Amino acid sequence: MGKLSVDLCGITLDNPVIPASGTFGFGYEYAEYYDINVLGTFSFKGTTLEERFGNPTPRIAECNAGLINAVGLQNPGIHKVIAEELPKLKKVFNKPVMANVGGFSVSDYVTVCQMLDKEEQVGWLEVNISCPNVHAGGVNFGSDPKGAYEVISAVKKAVSKSVIAKLTPNVTDIASIAKACEDAGADGVSLINTLLGMRINLRNRKPVIANTMGGYSGPAVFPVAVRMVYQVAKAVNIPVIGLGGISNAEDVIEMMLAGATAVQVGSANLIDPYACKRIIEDLPKAMDKYGIENIKDIIGGVK
Amino acid sequence: MKTGIFRIISNLPLTKNVYKMVLYGDVSHITAPGQFINIKIDGLYLRRPISVCDKSEDTVTIIYKVVGKGTEILSKMQAGELDILTGLGNGYVTDDSGECPLLIGGGVGVPPMYMLAKQLISEGKKVSVILGFNTKDEIFCEQDFISLGCDVAVTTVDGSYGVKGFVTDAMKNARYTCFYTCGPEPMLKAVYRASETHGYFSFEERMGCGFGACMGCSCKTITGYKRICKEGPVMKKEEILWEN
Repeated sequence: MGKLSVDLCGITLDNPVIPASGTFGFGYEYAEYYDINVLGTFSFKGTTLEERFGNPTPRIAECNAGLINAVGLQNPGIHKVIAEELPKLKKVFNKPVMANVGGFSVSDYVTVCQMLDKEEQVGWLEVNISCPNVHAGGVNFGSDPKGAYEVISAVKKAVSKSVIAKLTPNVTDIASIAKACEDAGADGVSLINTLLGMRINLRNRKPVIANTMGGYSGPAVFPVAVRMVYQVAKAVNIPVIGLGGISNAEDVIEMMLAGATAVQVGSANLIDPYACKRIIEDLPKAMDKYGIENIKDIIGGVK
Repeated sequence: MKTGIFRIISNLPLTKNVYKMVLYGDVSHITAPGQFINIKIDGLYLRRPISVCDKSEDTVTIIYKVVGKGTEILSKMQAGELDILTGLGNGYVTDDSGECPLLIGGGVGVPPMYMLAKQLISEGKKVSVILGFNTKDEIFCEQDFISLGCDVAVTTVDGSYGVKGFVTDAMKNARYTCFYTCGPEPMLKAVYRASETHGYFSFEERMGCGFGACMGCSCKTITGYKRICKEGPVMKKEEILWEN
């Protein structure tokens, strides 16, 4: 165990840095830039039962210290992910990978998670519950404790690997959602997904994003994420993965002090493809600066 | 693709709101005409993708129009360094161009045609170029294409210079073996309908990363979903699916 290593649901990560789903594809775009085995792990592109094109373009809008995206879960569907993406991934990444799963009904989630549960390289199932439930008028599963409980408990009964519930911040009380996931058997939670946002083009007075609204992410949301991780870490006894605007090694330390066992880095990868590699390389120096011997010692260490 | 620091050598206006910037740095990853670079601009979050106009051994030239905050900041930079991702996008294929390729650029779709024309001429081909603008004051690069030895036609919508009308009006009399085009989408659609041979189109879209990671710039094609930044920006005529 090195000074950067942490335990995430029984699997040791060499370091706590995990590229977030949707910003890292299936890894190989980044493998052209650097050896992605330096990562703790990464969370691959949100995978659904069927292939999805996603939303119309424009899907991206510039914002102060961040961006809005409304990609809409574009992915090749679980069958192609298993047949094509995972074999390609195996060539460039030799660690357990975090499989991110989206769904539009409980049975969607269960089917996709069951299939990924059988894949050797999958270490954790990260269940994105910020998706609309087509059987409940399109309300997000993750918007109320009951919906979150329903998905996570159904998935937990169907799989053997660790289940991490990825939570939306677009709720009144995120701690109650996290608690419902823990009660449903979740092995961990990750937060925060993007904050619902919108931009308007002043020239034509239309929304910049074709889908009108999208998810706001980037350094601007970091303080919101730290606050929510802090609240959730106090409410549950399972590991919390902190994400939202992390851009450097000091952000990692701050997020871990708030209660995160590991962190995910999202938007930063899009601006600097080397972001995660740089953060991992910078961590030891930042730890020295703040008198940290082993990174795991600071988890939840805020006074 | 590669990240690198580039030094601004020059940044001069060509028209009222179109600028030409020459940057010094490692251009080894720019391998084909039609590729683009993605520039980090201080104070803004996302990089700004801009097509490559030309390259030398150690410089890259871009020509860009001021359309928003990013390009406005860029236009005011006279010196200094920029963090740039290079070698992005597929670029134009030239091996099936035939003897007489036709290049059609509209507005800021003109710049990528320059490096393409250079490449085609170096392959011994007879290159014709149609440059489309709204009005005389907006014209740039005409002399550059003439100096390369291209047969150049300029169109202006208001008829203040060259052929009055659109690039498709100049296409009517053209004889060509293949065409290459870049410009605003309505123009691309018109060229698609007016063209009589196989050809290549270059597309634009708002991008998140520019290197295939975020799926922000996806489009539908006859041969499946493509990322403008990765499998594009250049697409073959026969694979294009117009959505509206």
